[in-house]
Amino acid sequence: MENTYLSVIFHSTKSYIGLKVVFFCHSGPFRILVKRSFFIEDLIWRELLRHIGILFIHHSIIHDLSNKLLGVIFIIIMPDTHALVNDFLNQLKKRKIEGSKATAKLTAELLRSVISQQRIPHTNQAGALIQAIKAIGEQLIAANPVEVAVGNIVRRVLHIIREEDLSLTTASIGGLSLHPMSDDEDNVDPDDLSAAAVAAAARSTLRAPSLQTLLEGVPHSAPLHQSSSSAGDSEEKTKSTDKNSRSRKLKHHVIETVNELIRDITTCHELIAEQAVEHIHHNEVILTLGSSGTVIEFLCAAKEKKRSFRVFVAEGAPRYQGHTLAKELVARGLQTTVITDSAVFAMISRVNMVIVGAHAVMANGGVIAPVGLNMVALAAQRHAVPFVVLAGIHKLCPLYPHNPQVLLNELKSPSELLDFGEFSDCMDFGIASASPLLHVVNPAFDYVPPKLVSLFITDTGGHNPSYMYRLIADYYSADDLVLQQRPTS
Amino acid sequence: MEPRRPSRVIDPKVRKVGFFTPGPPPDRTRSGPAATTPTRNQSPVSNSLSPVMIPPARHASDNLSRAVGMPVPVASQLHAHPPADSLQVGSYTPSDSVISASPTRSPSSRIGLDGEFSEDSINWMKRSNSGRISAARPTGGPDLKQSVEALINVAEGNKPGTTSGMSAPAQTSKPVNKPNQKKDGPPMVSSTIVPERKGGDKPPEKDRKKDMPPPRMQFDDKSRVEKAKKRSVTKQTEARNRVELFRHLPQYERGNQLSDLESKFFQLDHVHPAVYKVGLQFLAGDIMWSNTRCIAMLQAFQKVIEDYSTPSEKTLARDLTSKINSSVSFLIECRPLSISMGNAIRFLKSRIAKITLAQTESEAKTFLCSDIDRYINEKIVLADKVIVRHAVTKIRDGDVLLTYGSSSLVEMILLHAHELRRQFRVVVVDSRPNLEGQQLLRRLVEKGFSCTYTHINAVSYIMHEVTRIFLGAASVLSNGTVYSTVGTACIAMVAHAHHVPVLICCESYKFHERVQLDSICNPDAIAKVPGRTNNCLDDWAGKENLQLLNLAYDVTPSDYVSMIVTEHGMIPPTSVPVIVREYGREHLLI
Repeated sequence: MENTYLSVIFHSTKSYIGLKVVFFCHSGPFRILVKRSFFIEDLIWRELLRHIGILFIHHSIIHDLSNKLLGVIFIIIMPDTHALVNDFLNQLKKRKIEGSKATAKLTAELLRSVISQQRIPHTNQAGALIQAIKAIGEQLIAANPVEVAVGNIVRRVLHIIREEDLSLTTASIGGLSLHPMSDDEDNVDPDDLSAAAVAAAARSTLRAPSLQTLLEGVPHSAPLHQSSSSAGDSEEKTKSTDKNSRSRKLKHHVIETVNELIRDITTCHELIAEQAVEHIHHNEVILTLGSSGTVIEFLCAAKEKKRSFRVFVAEGAPRYQGHTLAKELVARGLQTTVITDSAVFAMISRVNMVIVGAHAVMANGGVIAPVGLNMVALAAQRHAVPFVVLAGIHKLCPLYPHNPQVLLNELKSPSELLDFGEFSDCMDFGIASASPLLHVVNPAFDYVPPKLVSLFITDTGGHNPSYMYRLIADYYSADDLVLQQRPTS
Repeated sequence: MEPRRPSRVIDPKVRKVGFFTPGPPPDRTRSGPAATTPTRNQSPVSNSLSPVMIPPARHASDNLSRAVGMPVPVASQLHAHPPADSLQVGSYTPSDSVISASPTRSPSSRIGLDGEFSEDSINWMKRSNSGRISAARPTGGPDLKQSVEALINVAEGNKPGTTSGMSAPAQTSKPVNKPNQKKDGPPMVSSTIVPERKGGDKPPEKDRKKDMPPPRMQFDDKSRVEKAKKRSVTKQTEARNRVELFRHLPQYERGNQLSDLESKFFQLDHVHPAVYKVGLQFLAGDIMWSNTRCIAMLQAFQKVIEDYSTPSEKTLARDLTSKINSSVSFLIECRPLSISMGNAIRFLKSRIAKITLAQTESEAKTFLCSDIDRYINEKIVLADKVIVRHAVTKIRDGDVLLTYGSSSLVEMILLHAHELRRQFRVVVVDSRPNLEGQQLLRRLVEKGFSCTYTHINAVSYIMHEVTRIFLGAASVLSNGTVYSTVGTACIAMVAHAHHVPVLICCESYKFHERVQLDSICNPDAIAKVPGRTNNCLDDWAGKENLQLLNLAYDVTPSDYVSMIVTEHGMIPPTSVPVIVREYGREHLLI
């Protein structure tokens, strides 16, 4: 068996993502034959040489060797997407991307390039796409589980794929059903049947999260498979040449829709800001905490419409984003007063409305928001001041929170609160007792339960907290709620 | 029981408007059978304390005089006397700001919406008018002169007092070194000053006759602010960008008066050096806590009394009171008084008023000094000990206690519990701009406490672990609301939402029937963010639209408070008025 080779063919491997794949092979008693015509970084070659016996061949003699080959594995590594994914993962892990809007946008763009470079098999195209997206999505979510926007966008993209696939199938079937109808009218039954099947499939894919789907535990790919296979069957009946165009069509449509999604994310500010005039009235006093681009736009939109009002900005310790917000508002000509966070309760009675941005909106209408907002919301409730949350659609998370105050939170560096230099002598004290005497807690987020929120303003309009679950059902498929791959599939 | 009827009539209003509450209790003490005799003694007390800071008290006595139906001419005479300096002082109580009106009104800190307030103040004016005019008019003319004269005398009479007193006790203290040089100065200075004061005081006096100004300084009234400025000793520069909503409150910049005041030292000869020193300390923020402030003030007054000698053709009771008044007004200019200090001053004045002509001067002085000592000891030191003993019973093993900012009393409680070897953890919550919690944290960690430190925004995160909350208070008002460092209300609110018991630790001498908002502090404090290099708010004063607001106090509604720990025991917030009534009387008549 010395002569058997496993050929690994790299497609322009610029990064060494491929290494992992290669290492899978090196345990076998075979040598790897690498087609040399592709450029591979020297470093990777060296790595490969250390582990496996590699024979370099020229692509012209590959035909002669072909009878001795054990098999050929095409490892198609798309360096661009992988590098991108890796970069993005790193940034997420190191928390370099801040703000759900930026994260959402980047995620969508990344997924778009993944889709565009994804090779799609002839059958079950949507399923393959979904698998690919899910795999990457899982990684992304694991990289920063607190940044819910990543998961939201992954789910949105999955939903888009499903929808596009469905619309294509229905379209093709619609086209098909037109054909036989015109040809001969006896052949009605099978078409009705297939149409009914498609309709059923459509229902199952786009069904809102319901108890039944949860109970049935339908494997998420099943309906898809069914629909695509049925589509494939019908296609085989008529033209098999349609396949290629269809796959391109699906991809094209999906990418189009993802583009739309990205556009939505970038313009959600404007859509939300348009509603400002309806909510901010003359001479009102508005309180906000922390910094949110949406809030700035919202307030400024009202200002542009010649509404005169005052804004109180709580500074939002320990990051003092309120200061930046205040600066921005002042630059835009709004009457702004900065107060300490502790004065929120004292000031809230003078306030007509609290307007804040959110980090994420959960399916139950609860809000993950910058730290301190729970306090503000409680004070607002006490004084019956409306607590309004501005949230772009990308912030809607289809999950129901469990213990979000802890599980969906992140603890930041203590140095934001305490100067280590000043307290280092005290901190040493803990050595004797084996447990540190001083803990510094610096959470990043707060959870505001739905009962404290008066209104959500999204780019689709104002909504009650209790309505959020329904809104969410419009944007996500029930099958994508759990992104972890099931061992069975 | 005729006199009681009006109080019953007022009752519904008591419920409606905050500071009418003080009405009934004093009424009853005076009209009650036991207290009928001291009326003569007491009315001057309540009168004389009016200029200090507590209009309701004044008002209450007005009420009384009306209700009782013009009790005694003496009262009315005495009545007319204080305005001479109450003008100077009363108009200068920035502390009695409008904001105070509200919290009693509703248990929340809904800070008197303007409409409501103006109604209040109109009522107020009517009442005080009717009371005052009837009392003051008939005797007004001659009395006025007298009082002005008296004032001048006070100004002059001070000097012998201070210079003579200079010899013994004051030489140790720092500012006193300067007065030594002053010895050649006084005649000149006084001669320049006295006419000034005359000129300064008279016109407003007439003014007052004419249109009866509202009892409180309204800082949105420009002309009055101007007048007050002329009269004031310290030059206060107004904050550059004032917060529109709080126009009616003093918004001064702090810090820069200090140097100003220091340079004015030689001109302020009516202020005793000890008082002057304490005033400077208040101004500089060296003395922060209400207890320490109160003690410092009382000790300064002790020195004033020690150094005091009654000028000829004067009675000690009257003259000393006016002297204390001027000191108090000076302190108010440095920093608005806290409620506890107001109570202490009220006590001191009641003691001074009790001094009879039969007592010699030295007797009276030792009597007063020992009374002040007793007050400090009983009301603050011993009370603290008792409170600590009470509160410690509420700390069990395994507790997680949360405290906010830095309260000396809470710290004592924690230390005592630690000495008793209770196993517990302390969560110190802090907030900007003072970051007082850091000092407390440092002291606790050095003592070996296991601590958690966080900022106020994270309080709802940490609240899950907490089993008990101990908070200090600047004052407890008779409707059970707690007046304390800003942020306390937030903590109590979050605790309430998480069903964590909130224990307020407060000596009962801080209980009061009404509310005041102490001050709006230095706005620069917000702009400074510790440990930050690029500060985006650094040039805030240059921006027209940007204001910084730094409240010092807020009001916690009583339903957030589970229990108030006082030296009289652990009581629910609803029992505060009882304490105010039962024991408040006692502290006037010890």
